[in-house]
Amino acid sequence: MNYVIIGNSAGGIAAIETIRECDKKGKITVISDEPHFNYSRPLISYLLGKKVTLEAMPYRDKGFYKDNEVKLILNKKATRLDLKQKVVVLTGKQMIHFDKLLIATGGTPIIPEIKGFDLDGVFTFIKMTDVEGIEKYIKANKVKKAVVIGGGLIGLKATEALIELKIKVTIVELADRILSATFDKKASSIIETALEKISCKLIANNTVMEIKGKNKKVKEVILKDKKKIPVDLVIVAIGVRPNIELVKNTPIRINKGIIVDGFMQTNVKDIHAAGDCCEAKDALLNISRPIAIWPVAARQGKIAGYNMAGVKEEYQGSFAMNSVELCGIPTISVGQTELDEKDCQILEHFDQNKSIYKKVILKGNRIVGAIFVGDIERAGIYTGLIKDKVDVTAFKEHLLKEDFGLISLPKEYRKHLVSGEVAVI
Amino acid sequence: MNKNQKLANKKKPKRIVIREEYCMGCRLCEVHCLVRHSKTKNIIKAYKGEYPRPIPRIIVEEKGYVSFALQCRHCEDAPCLEACITGAMYRDKKTDAVLCNEKKCVGCWMCIMTCPFGVILRNVEGEKVASKCDLCMGEEIPVCVKYCPNEAIICEEKK
Repeated sequence: MNYVIIGNSAGGIAAIETIRECDKKGKITVISDEPHFNYSRPLISYLLGKKVTLEAMPYRDKGFYKDNEVKLILNKKATRLDLKQKVVVLTGKQMIHFDKLLIATGGTPIIPEIKGFDLDGVFTFIKMTDVEGIEKYIKANKVKKAVVIGGGLIGLKATEALIELKIKVTIVELADRILSATFDKKASSIIETALEKISCKLIANNTVMEIKGKNKKVKEVILKDKKKIPVDLVIVAIGVRPNIELVKNTPIRINKGIIVDGFMQTNVKDIHAAGDCCEAKDALLNISRPIAIWPVAARQGKIAGYNMAGVKEEYQGSFAMNSVELCGIPTISVGQTELDEKDCQILEHFDQNKSIYKKVILKGNRIVGAIFVGDIERAGIYTGLIKDKVDVTAFKEHLLKEDFGLISLPKEYRKHLVSGEVAVI
Repeated sequence: MNKNQKLANKKKPKRIVIREEYCMGCRLCEVHCLVRHSKTKNIIKAYKGEYPRPIPRIIVEEKGYVSFALQCRHCEDAPCLEACITGAMYRDKKTDAVLCNEKKCVGCWMCIMTCPFGVILRNVEGEKVASKCDLCMGEEIPVCVKYCPNEAIICEEKK
């Protein structure tokens, strides 16, 4: 059996591990358009902020490919698929034949149509090469001031790293607040206050219309309200979309991302997809959509791996969730964090002085979302209740109590949880 | 590798079973867990003289007459393993235990977000790292099991 995996991050690596677990003999080939043998993309902000060294970037250690007998092709892009011949064509016209293919090409940064985006000193922020470029530019140009376009998670982590490097940052955000996709107003405001304390400026309800430069280097950004901000560096972090370039103009069906069935297979037999490039079941919203987060990519890669190796395993679906520490404040958001429907109930605990905020969103008799800021202790219990669609009526009043734990749950459910050896989210 | 280690490697993976009916809430497991995971392994020094201060990796829950101790279940299909962005969380090949390489952990807390038992803790005493039960690697049986006076925490071989 000839397994070929395009992509060498969360989805691809989970697939390698799973395929090898089931099939000791099959040939596995991994294709990556990056030069690095593997690394964790969410760590790039830590690398830029010098909180993690280059040596600590790999997600799996040096022996990983050898131990799993994987042929690793680096620095080559898969440019075309020939589905009839079952061949992946790489840059330089090299052809790789496959029996089973996994497309795990990840996401690609959304580039706004801004004049001046091609100037030197304007970067996106999703890959290690972005960090290398930014570091070089900072050093060569003695960067003092930066503008980060986009106040989402990527933008904020980039901001944090730049501040570590003693660079003054202004965040420009289109919405009325930061983290508007995953947080509610109260949660956003806690982080906004913390950013203010470290002298980070936030300009909300605004956007960059033009980037101006001098000698091809970025010098100034012009906002929607005509305001000008002098700047030495711009980071564009307005989001990612599925990287589906490779499958365009093939019979493989796409919507926002590559469409897969419950076994992570595309509409074309023997071709699977996983991670940020695909769209699969959102177990909470009951729709198919891309959920571009690490745990989902790893899960999907694993399920794809099983099915590619002939072990039937169904994907149960996932939902949006994120955990990130910002300005030293731990935060977790899970599921639907803002909901304004009839049968909804919101439980809240807000302690502004301690910067602690907890919120649980109930729909009918079950939890559909939660936010934790400042105190994230045992947050996974709530995630589990959301995932298992547990009726919380019996212990609703305990949900946000300080001593909430498994002890608050009905005995039968608790016993089922604790005695079970398998727990999957 | 010495003979003892070789023998230990051959043993079947263990799992910890908790029995709330027997738990008295004495918290001896917590004390022994903390000391076992301290530098000095000395109870007084562990509580009074160590920086960063060690924390227990076991949680004791108590309400009214019910109490139980809980630690990592070392799930077969562990959500924390998938959620870990650094690769710090890993499965030990010899024991099947889910362990955290604290040197690699950056404290993003994805594991805390996904653990349905809420048994991964934020250790912020030193470098911020995820802290969890390691089945007392190197010990014959985990100390929480060893020192539980009423067999509320017991150890059995994995099926």
